[in-house]
Amino acid sequence: MEQTWKQARAAFAAISVPPLAWLLLFFLIPLGVIWAYTFGENTGPTTIDFTGTFANYARALEPLYLGIFVKSVVVAALTTLLCLIVGFPVALAIAFASPKAKAWLLLLIMLPFWTNLLIRTFALIAVLREQGYVNFALEWLWNNASGFMTLIGLQPLGEFEPLTLLYNNFAVVVGLVYVHLPFMVLPLYSALDRMDRSLMEASLDLGAGHLKTIFLVVVPLAAPGIASGILITFIPALGSYLTPDLLGGTDSQMIANVIERQFKRANDWPFGAALSFLLMYLTFIAIALQALVQRRSDRRA
Amino acid sequence: MADQALISTPSPGLSKKPVKDKPGPLEYMRQWPLRVIVGATLLFLYLPLITLMVFSFNDSRRNIVWQGFTFKYYAKAFNNESLAQAFVNSLTIAFLCTVISVILGALAAVMLWRFKFPGKTVVEGSMALPIVVPEICMGVAMLVFFARVFPWPSGLPWPLNLGAITIAHISFAFPFVATVVRARLASFNRELEEAAKDLGASEWRTFWDVLVPHMQPGLIAGALLAFTLSLDDFVITFFTAGPDTVTFPVKVYSMLRFSVTPEVNAASTILIVVTVILTAVGLQMQNNEPKDKKA
Repeated sequence: MEQTWKQARAAFAAISVPPLAWLLLFFLIPLGVIWAYTFGENTGPTTIDFTGTFANYARALEPLYLGIFVKSVVVAALTTLLCLIVGFPVALAIAFASPKAKAWLLLLIMLPFWTNLLIRTFALIAVLREQGYVNFALEWLWNNASGFMTLIGLQPLGEFEPLTLLYNNFAVVVGLVYVHLPFMVLPLYSALDRMDRSLMEASLDLGAGHLKTIFLVVVPLAAPGIASGILITFIPALGSYLTPDLLGGTDSQMIANVIERQFKRANDWPFGAALSFLLMYLTFIAIALQALVQRRSDRRA
Repeated sequence: MADQALISTPSPGLSKKPVKDKPGPLEYMRQWPLRVIVGATLLFLYLPLITLMVFSFNDSRRNIVWQGFTFKYYAKAFNNESLAQAFVNSLTIAFLCTVISVILGALAAVMLWRFKFPGKTVVEGSMALPIVVPEICMGVAMLVFFARVFPWPSGLPWPLNLGAITIAHISFAFPFVATVVRARLASFNRELEEAAKDLGASEWRTFWDVLVPHMQPGLIAGALLAFTLSLDDFVITFFTAGPDTVTFPVKVYSMLRFSVTPEVNAASTILIVVTVILTAVGLQMQNNEPKDKKA
């Protein structure tokens, strides 16, 4: 049983003071300071007065910034959806693989996850740019198709024009999916691995097809795992800074890039602080929604 | 699969035993549509990384067409003093962060596992905050904190000048360690602790000789996590790094902004190899653990 702290005061103090003090001093106080800044005003190049104004929040809700918030949510949601579509079959295949293959596949999915985020994003640039592999492959296909057309006596296709795959919204979504796919696969895998397989066997024995079994039996059973996969993918995607910064164009700024600009270039800390807190509130809303889904599915079970 | 077969023995006629040459109905990995999806996904995950590594050996500045094999960009990366310094900084910060995060995380895990105290839910909630708060928010909070509230003295000798970055890294890494260690503690039999105390062991001895050995796999996993989180972090470091305290990712970022040369590929390849080796060592240590216990 858990002890009450009064039963061993000295031990409790020795164990709890270091982590709690650290958390307070180097996490909660910095956040608190930022929170106080959201109600402040720039009065000089480096001075900020805490006037209790709501002007920063009001400015953050102007159409320009509200639009960026909406865009960030849409991009993060699209990323999550694509990760789910790709990740679900992969997780299903891993969960039902032989034990040996399972260990290897899990390692292969996790390895990029341990690799530096910046390096992974940089690696994508070489693939997506105009003289990158995607365009080389497309050019090769195009030229072959063109050659084939001449062979059978048709007009050859025109000159190949490389697609612009980099520095736009497309690149940002591809980059975010690339980076966050392991976040989705792992929770899905652990939900599918724990699932009671006899229910699937029953469904298949009773004549349902594989797709029907997956949508009517597997998905409802794995719903909590799917919900946590969605959350684990959505939260970092919503706040991502590096991917839109390196792969995006001028119109693919996400909210984190705007926050960075307020702190590093525009030097408007109170406004940047207000944007940060709005982003944090959005994150908390996402967590609350997930908890709600979780509780509802627990009740049904 | 074997357990499944045992459980369904009451109806042997219906149970499906995997046949060698024909995939069973639930062996999705042996059906071609899923094989194609898994293969394509792995290609998607690895092709960019492998290309990056291959082109670090390419004898061409433009980095597009293969020109021939060379090690010269590795030599260049090694001789780039600021890059080497950034690499050493990153490893030092990751090491310090790992040591302190494991201690703080283990203490936090034991506190939450062992004691009931007023305000426990609040403490649990705040411990989860560094895990869920977006990196950018934590980054700007650290920037303001070290700029205005707790200015880290500048011009300190190495490695003390890395203090601000290390503190920021510990703040986000130790709650992860606490989560991992607490999950491990859930399987601890509390009676062992009571037995040790009944036999006269002090609080400290019980902790060190009974609880810590049980926590060990969790501590290793937590250490691995803290190390990679610290080595991987760009955003929070970007906001706490000064001009002379640059870490490897921050340095690579500024090189990328400046110009993309194979030198960046070489430096990245070194970091990938270091991470893979460390992960392999960590996983190996974890896998050996249960066997040692049984022996």
